[in-house]
Amino acid sequence: MTADPKGVLTGIHFLDGDHAACEGALAAGCRFVSGYPITPSTEVVERFAQRIPMVGGVFIQMEDELAASITMLGAVWGGKKVMTVTSGPGLSLMMEHLGLAYITEAPCVFIDVQRGGPSTGLPTLPAQADMMQVKWGSHGDYEIIALCPNSPQECFDLTIKAFNLSEQWRVPVFLMMDEVVGHMTERVVIPEASEIEITERRWTKKAPGDYRPFEACADGVPAMTKAGEGHRIHVTGLTHDERGWPALTPKSQDKLIRRLTNKIRDNADALTDIREEECEGADVIVVSYGITSRVASSAVLQARAQGLKVGHARLVVAWPFPTTRIAYLATQCRAMVVPELNLGQMVHEVSRAVAGSVPVLLVDHAGGTVHEPQVILDRILEAAR
Amino acid sequence: MVSTGIRIGGLGGQGVILSGIILGKAASIFDGRNATLIQAFGPEARGSACSAQVTIADDPVAYPYVQNPDVLVVMSADAYTQFIPTLKPEGLLLYEEELVTPKDLPPGVKAYGIPATRIAEELGRRLVLNIVMVGFFAGVTGVVSLVAAEKALLSSVPKGTESLNLNAFRRGYEHGRSLVAAA
Amino acid sequence: MSESTLNDDLDLSGLPLVDNPVMPYLRQERIPHIWCPGCGIGTTVNCFTRALEEAAKDLDKVAIVSGIGCTGRVAGYLNLDSFHTTHGRAIPFATGLKLANPDLSVVVYSGDGDLFAIGGNHFMHAARRNMDILVVCVNNFTYGMTGGQVAPTTPIGATQTTMPFGNFENPASLPFLADAAGATFVARWTVFHVRQLTRCFKEALGKKGFRFIEIMAPCPTLFLRRNRLGDGVDMVRQYKERSVLRNGADTKEVAVGMEGDIVVGTFVDRERPTWLDAMNSHFSSVLGDRYRTYGG
Repeated sequence: MTADPKGVLTGIHFLDGDHAACEGALAAGCRFVSGYPITPSTEVVERFAQRIPMVGGVFIQMEDELAASITMLGAVWGGKKVMTVTSGPGLSLMMEHLGLAYITEAPCVFIDVQRGGPSTGLPTLPAQADMMQVKWGSHGDYEIIALCPNSPQECFDLTIKAFNLSEQWRVPVFLMMDEVVGHMTERVVIPEASEIEITERRWTKKAPGDYRPFEACADGVPAMTKAGEGHRIHVTGLTHDERGWPALTPKSQDKLIRRLTNKIRDNADALTDIREEECEGADVIVVSYGITSRVASSAVLQARAQGLKVGHARLVVAWPFPTTRIAYLATQCRAMVVPELNLGQMVHEVSRAVAGSVPVLLVDHAGGTVHEPQVILDRILEAAR
Repeated sequence: MVSTGIRIGGLGGQGVILSGIILGKAASIFDGRNATLIQAFGPEARGSACSAQVTIADDPVAYPYVQNPDVLVVMSADAYTQFIPTLKPEGLLLYEEELVTPKDLPPGVKAYGIPATRIAEELGRRLVLNIVMVGFFAGVTGVVSLVAAEKALLSSVPKGTESLNLNAFRRGYEHGRSLVAAA
Repeated sequence: MSESTLNDDLDLSGLPLVDNPVMPYLRQERIPHIWCPGCGIGTTVNCFTRALEEAAKDLDKVAIVSGIGCTGRVAGYLNLDSFHTTHGRAIPFATGLKLANPDLSVVVYSGDGDLFAIGGNHFMHAARRNMDILVVCVNNFTYGMTGGQVAPTTPIGATQTTMPFGNFENPASLPFLADAAGATFVARWTVFHVRQLTRCFKEALGKKGFRFIEIMAPCPTLFLRRNRLGDGVDMVRQYKERSVLRNGADTKEVAVGMEGDIVVGTFVDRERPTWLDAMNSHFSSVLGDRYRTYGG
């Protein structure tokens, strides 16, 4: 189906990434946001608070991020498309409810506008240092989907994609922004509602007696209902059976947790979204994501100007990690270069995928600003030797 | 593959960011080019200092910051002192001439001043100083077209203030054109 | 003579077999429950289901939300839409559920540690906002599920595993907290007062706003035994002897200790606009026709 025109601000705008992400959420059908202010993400919820009364829905500012993230989950079971928005310190508090969202298969979107950490760190300055936290920060085994926009336009586009994926797979989806993308203003084209594809929630058609809320369909994903429909569901953070009832045995744990992880792991290739440029037969391939991909583009162009064959592979979907594709790209080059605004996170995934077949060179950065393109260029030149 | 890096510096309340928005909009929406605006956050924005970086280019902008601007627009003495060392050797300085005295101007830099505050006051609202500067920028540089800049302006200012702002813009624009013609 | 011997002597063959009236409200396949013999939680559930029946609620529109702990398991046993959430966060979950679907009657049912230690901040803010939910706290003065640690309600002097030499921390008086934070309805009963409690549930289910009921209940395994207070029946006897009915009591004066009066009754009953009603009326007045009145 296509978007509800009530939420779609069709037109050509000059917006920053935070505001564009909010418009993406409204276009995607998000009608409930519970948030807590934190720099540099606050503009997302400020705009939502401004817009939602006229669109029809609810914004509530909660007392902390624990509350914001679970109020969102309550609203899922009330039937809404939902989102919460935060940055590092708030993300740390939300880890518990990431786990609850995951084990209860609640479709929801988390926007993380990354800033320098750990702790209070650099509230107003960028980093890409939450990449591992979203994948591993909640306890237990889990899988999520994480998207990395590198422009306000992509903040809009990928927020819609995040909502659609969360509904398709019933899994929490992260939009991994950063301070630069969040506060950068550029042209954002918002199409007509009729041109925006929306994935509807997969509501069950089963009658109360027949419906088992955690019984998977063929693709591993159960159909959903909401409170008040007569299904008398039980939803728990405990390990549960297909009825949703606690089932605290190794066998039920194995069955549930494998199904949940396999929903994503078995579909990692289908979920892969890499924007590749001149990768076939390159000497060096730069693997980047988010804001760093734009800095890397500058360096790649300079390297090509010096006569090097340099490819650029940009991860739009960082999680699940595109292992298969990166392993293939490793066969196309002699070395890989991974710039990121942290001291080494996704580079470990690249190394794992490449499995020693070519050298993988990290261009790290402790955060606070983006790389100097020259630093990435130097590493490309080093890799090419 | 033309690309122009612009830094606009001034004080909080002078409308520095709005100036950047108007230029960015003019280029990326009405001139059909590309523009990226970065607002200064963090330690750089301490006190009442305020600055914006705008890159205007034919191609999509990759690296988003303006480290060494081609054009520096300053509306305060502090902004001049802070940013003049970053201006490119052959760069262009546009300044509010009653607020900024361009001392120790690096050789090779072209500088044009405008009494933007006085013009704004003549128009009845000191607040439109930034719009005078935007017009001045358009008039001197031609980086954004007159038509695009006026459209961007009209879509960015509060309703009811359009003619005031348009007048401010045109005064700045004409002043810029005349200085360039005389140079 | 014990009760069972008495029953054995009775001839019941001529009497019709009657199901326990509570059974339709329970997920019977999930019984037996996890609660210990003499625990007071089951009694509160009994009263709650009777109140649902007497209030003639459409059970499809009643949702129950629990946190973590012994009382947190109530949600799983009731045959309603039920949500067993994370520790301390039942109230903000209920907030989202209610706001997303205002047709629901949302009840939070949890324990004193869950609602007032880890969840205390949420309690305060939901009451302040006058979120339209009924919050039921079974107060057994201890952390039962983790094995008898000190709780924010443990009276001074009581021994707990993490207060092995007796508690020296001042406990919270829950009705006082609820009142101060802005709850529209505040009552306290004990599991001795089954009729009054049932009536209280029914009354609270019929009201709007942030409603709070504290129910004192024995934890024989971890609170009573450790403090040599006998078994569940002994504690219920204490409730009977120590309780004093004082409707409208000043909540500053209803704190509970190891000894002394247990003040019971309805302490607060007032009207304030709920969060949602306030949002709708405020936006309607400020935004006029541009506002789309929100109803779910």
